Amino acid sequence: MTARDIALIILQLTVLVTGLITVVLSLTWLERKALGRLQRRMGPMVVGPHGLLQPAADALKLLVKEDLVPALADKLLFWLAPMVVFVPSFVVWVTIPLAGEVVVRNMDLGLFFIVAFSVLAIVGMVMAGWGSANKYAILGGLRAAAQLISYEIPIIMAVIAVIMLPQSMNLVTIVDDQRTIPYAVLQPLGLAIFLLAGVAEVGRTPFDIYFAESEVMGGPFIEYSGAHWAVFFLSEYINTFTIAVLVVLLFLGGWSFPLMPESAWLGFLWVVVKAYLVVFVIFWFRGTFPRLRIDQLMSVGWKILIPLSFVNFGLTAFYKFYELPWWALTVSSLAITVAAGYGLYRRWTWPARATAEERLARARAYRRAEVTDAG
Amino acid sequence: MAINRQLDTLDMMLNMGPQHPATHGVFRMVLWIDGERIVDVEPHIGYLHLGTEKLCEGEQYSQIITLFDRLDYVANFNNELVICAAAEKLMGLEVPERALYIRTILCELNRIASHMLFYGTFALDAGAMTPVLYAFKERERIQSLFEAVSGARMMHNYFRIGGVKQDLPEDFYDRMGRLLDPVKRTIEEADDLVTFNEIFLARTRDVGAIDGKTALGLGLTGPNLRATGVDYDLRKAEPYLLYDRLDFSVPLGDRGDCWDRFWVRIREMEESVRLVEQCLQQMQPGPVMAPIRRISRPPKGEVFAHAENPRGDLGVYLVSSGADRPYRVKIRPPSFCNLMSLKHMMRNAYVADAVLILGSIDIVLGEVDR
Repeated sequence: MTARDIALIILQLTVLVTGLITVVLSLTWLERKALGRLQRRMGPMVVGPHGLLQPAADALKLLVKEDLVPALADKLLFWLAPMVVFVPSFVVWVTIPLAGEVVVRNMDLGLFFIVAFSVLAIVGMVMAGWGSANKYAILGGLRAAAQLISYEIPIIMAVIAVIMLPQSMNLVTIVDDQRTIPYAVLQPLGLAIFLLAGVAEVGRTPFDIYFAESEVMGGPFIEYSGAHWAVFFLSEYINTFTIAVLVVLLFLGGWSFPLMPESAWLGFLWVVVKAYLVVFVIFWFRGTFPRLRIDQLMSVGWKILIPLSFVNFGLTAFYKFYELPWWALTVSSLAITVAAGYGLYRRWTWPARATAEERLARARAYRRAEVTDAG
Repeated sequence: MAINRQLDTLDMMLNMGPQHPATHGVFRMVLWIDGERIVDVEPHIGYLHLGTEKLCEGEQYSQIITLFDRLDYVANFNNELVICAAAEKLMGLEVPERALYIRTILCELNRIASHMLFYGTFALDAGAMTPVLYAFKERERIQSLFEAVSGARMMHNYFRIGGVKQDLPEDFYDRMGRLLDPVKRTIEEADDLVTFNEIFLARTRDVGAIDGKTALGLGLTGPNLRATGVDYDLRKAEPYLLYDRLDFSVPLGDRGDCWDRFWVRIREMEESVRLVEQCLQQMQPGPVMAPIRRISRPPKGEVFAHAENPRGDLGVYLVSSGADRPYRVKIRPPSFCNLMSLKHMMRNAYVADAVLILGSIDIVLGEVDR
């Protein structure tokens, strides 16, 4: 390895870090603006035009804030945890391509690398929870461990089903294979599983259970302040963006759909625009849904998503083995997705609406009877 | 044996509150938890003790009204009504009809405002961050109307013994015309956004359930009692103000769980809107204050008055010695009595449910600690 290679690596990593931090800053601003719109308010408006400099102001504030350590905290775990959470979320970006050539290292086992590294963050969560010497942090840390481990399985199964289509773990090959039909069309079920499990994996609403503000008040992060808290925050937003980019690359055709661009820059633009749209959907979830409870989260993971991901896996295997026409996979996958959604509706909303209407009719009849008696 | 003792798991004590954001004020719960399950809960109150009952003994009747504003500080008009009604009952006063209409309108609007706060904060407890802003928008509209009527957004001091302070402002009807439609829309929106949401239903159905008999035994009143299916609403049972002339129904739940408590309150807002509309149609011009002396001196005697507050049955037991100040005032706050059901509801619940159950009881600490 020559000095030039090393310089190149350092340059690439610097660009990557700068790019990711820019993305995080833009995401925090966009999230606050999107939530503001959903909640009939303006969002940040004071610092800079339309609050554009708000993320920079927030970052500055976090960096100059005092870093408090609880007296009883396990200092080593407490200081190490943010790093353990942050490093995997950053390292996976080494192999994520944003266009045909725009990638630090294109690996043949790229997807395997990403899945393997992203699991490491769980250790950091548990360390933060234990090291903080706070009961809410312990609750949150254990919740994080349970949640993240459970939702790794559907993610991996969905990824395996994707890998079977081009028979490669190389992200560039996967994207190039989607030139005519993106995998979202082939595997709507896979997309649904991956997006849901991905949202759970980054702990966003409705799966924000391990730092649920109204219950455990920030969970593992409760005792962190200043720069260390900022590192957690950074990795959370990088993870959100990673999931969005993976959805784009694995299911939405990456840079090669709808048109194969001539230049890498256009492809790059495709990916980034699509990723921001997916992130917006995640923000939209946050503005809309209540939070699940920990046992319900587990049942969603183990009783719904994992069986469905095996079904998805099986369907894809059938499709590949018997070389069926592509629409056979689409139709069967879509049918199962719709059936699962309808099942959820029948389980909860339908009976509640029925009893509510019945009760309302009862109350109205009571009122009518009383009025006729009086008249 | 020694090894076994080491492997035994212990329940963890979790102190929730008084600084916890989900305890709706300065309420403290000590939870004993086994993993995520609640084994036992011990409520601690008194962080917001105001000494209202004692303070009442030293103030003139007209001054007590402001103290009552501070009891249940999200339903101020309803509180003022009860102390005024108690004094009027003792004095045998006839309140002018227009004043009764004004009181009914304001009390029902305040019920809507109070339930809006419940709707928003309960959704927030369940993890949905948007409804609270929708709810507060309507609550703000109602409060600015209150400001136009009484001069204050929250501590109104508007009801008087024998009537109300002054007549309604001139643009009151215009304001009401602009107010009620958005409120109705927000109630419909609440159903679409929260009430029938699958996740919300999964979180609240059969959580913190209590049956009617136990609820009556624990002294529950208001929406919490009606959610169990017990048809007890003072507005129907012992009509006061003008409720016997108005057409409304009392929504009832059937399982007595958190969802029923939520649903009953949402439906109550609809009924309150109907009540306000009827009052606006029927109201005639006239005096708003009975001709009485400036300083009230109720005759010697004892009286109990109560009314259906947004949170339940607020009662006042008033003992007068014939002076311009009461000899003793005893308050029966609905929140305090409803809170007694906490232990019962939290049996076998999860930690996350504790927040929802406390939210669904809808306490106001000013009233609990008084």
